[in-house]
Amino acid sequence: MIRKYLCGLGALGASMAAATAAWAQEAAPAAAAVPNPGNNAWMMTATVLVLLMIVPGLALFYGGLTRSKNMLSTMTQIGATAALAMLVWVMWGYGMAFGPEGNQFVSWGKFFLAGVTPDSTAATFTSEVISEYVFVSFQMTFAAITAALVLGALVERMKFAAVMVFVVVWLTIVYFPIAHMVWESRGVFFKMGALDFAGGTVVHINAGVSALVAALILGKRKGYPTEPMPPHSLTLTMVGTGLLWVGWFGFNAGSALEANGSAALAMINTFVATAAGGLAWMAVERLRGHKASALGFCSGVIAGLVAVTPAAGNSGPFGAIVLAAIASLVCYFAVTKLKPALGYDDSLDAFGIHGVGGMIGAIGTGIVYAPMFGGPGGADFAIGHQLLIQLFTVVATIVVSSVGTVIAITVAKALTGLRVSPEVEVEGLDIGEHGERAYN
Amino acid sequence: MKFIIAIIKPFKLDEVREALGAIGVAGMTVSEVKGFGRQKGQTEIYRGAEYSTNMLPKVKLEIAASDALAPQVVETIQQTASTDSIGDGKIFVLDLASVTRIRTGETGDTAL
Repeated sequence: MIRKYLCGLGALGASMAAATAAWAQEAAPAAAAVPNPGNNAWMMTATVLVLLMIVPGLALFYGGLTRSKNMLSTMTQIGATAALAMLVWVMWGYGMAFGPEGNQFVSWGKFFLAGVTPDSTAATFTSEVISEYVFVSFQMTFAAITAALVLGALVERMKFAAVMVFVVVWLTIVYFPIAHMVWESRGVFFKMGALDFAGGTVVHINAGVSALVAALILGKRKGYPTEPMPPHSLTLTMVGTGLLWVGWFGFNAGSALEANGSAALAMINTFVATAAGGLAWMAVERLRGHKASALGFCSGVIAGLVAVTPAAGNSGPFGAIVLAAIASLVCYFAVTKLKPALGYDDSLDAFGIHGVGGMIGAIGTGIVYAPMFGGPGGADFAIGHQLLIQLFTVVATIVVSSVGTVIAITVAKALTGLRVSPEVEVEGLDIGEHGERAYN
Repeated sequence: MKFIIAIIKPFKLDEVREALGAIGVAGMTVSEVKGFGRQKGQTEIYRGAEYSTNMLPKVKLEIAASDALAPQVVETIQQTASTDSIGDGKIFVLDLASVTRIRTGETGDTAL
């Protein structure tokens, strides 16, 4: 998606027109761009759909996968992280990602939303505009869910206070700059022509890699991997999966920034790629001699959604189906083989699904964009050149996420101690950190 | 008098109960239990992490029967609850010293 920094330009044009009205009678004054109510209404809806992905979607999806003694801790960390990210976003996040001043790595200005009014607008891909407050809100939900996704690798052992510190530092030094670099017209990856429709790089690779790095520093859960830690409620995980899938239409189709054909393409892809991802995971389970499982279905659905995120408006439906199915298979091996082989404790597979699926999606988008695979690319689209750009963006994102996460976790450790005590970990974080039980 | 304890597969309960009713068994106590024998447990897999549970759910029947009826009860349970597969369960028969019906104070065979 293209996020040009034309925000406020409309208002500027209007005041210039007024000031020069005396002598510019004959020249047509540049009329301030007015948002199309249809586009605005769709983007408001899409924004709220992304919120649905976080609370309750992600909270239930992750919560169901934890042990019952950590259910409230998991859901509370997600809810509070999202809330904190929203406040940080309006204070300095929006300015750092989409501010009026800046370079190819970060921007500044519009801190505390200075200068944003109900009349100011943000550009879309075309000559249309949407209300800037809507754009600010839409982007805010992306920052909130990305921070919450990272927690998937850290739950069941990280202090609530440590999560809060980590989120503020991580958003500031990792998320805002990467969002700027990929989505803002002055950003380094944007200028290179990296394709990331709805956030495969910014959201999923970023969150997945950060999750892995943070989990490595935080250490394994007590008893992992010898002690059984089965999910306490796959029913709630299934409910959360459904809410994530529904909300993801706001995430993907909303990233067109208009209610247009590009959004329609993203919509159909979000249906069929996800379907392929869910079934592919169950098929590979069966082929490996196991039963096709409920958790396999949920995991495949998420893997498919992650993979189609960068490709949503950048692929034809059948390219998206193949891409999601491949991503689902690779993620299957990442969580069932790679994780046990390397021995890290990514509790809920934030890296195995979001990180790995995000990389497959980001690189694959450079292929399925080609018209020969049904993608929307022009006839002169060169797959090889695009793949290099995609690959470079992926690697650069991994580096920024890793370095930033080490810093953010170190700060959290210095201020809070990072991990709960062994007693609290055994008794459960619900009682130890929040003084409540999920089930009485 | 005999006290018969049978451990059977849960899905066989209704069938066994009907068959026992047909041969004149007037009452029994049923509980849901867990345990293991030769069948061992079962394996659960969550994203590749395998957990084997060594206890399986079973149903326990407790029946008090007269000496005359007891062999027939055992035979009926054995034939009805069998699926010819491992994990079908076991039947234990104990001597029963006395039975008292609480409401009337009757004892022995008449209290059964």
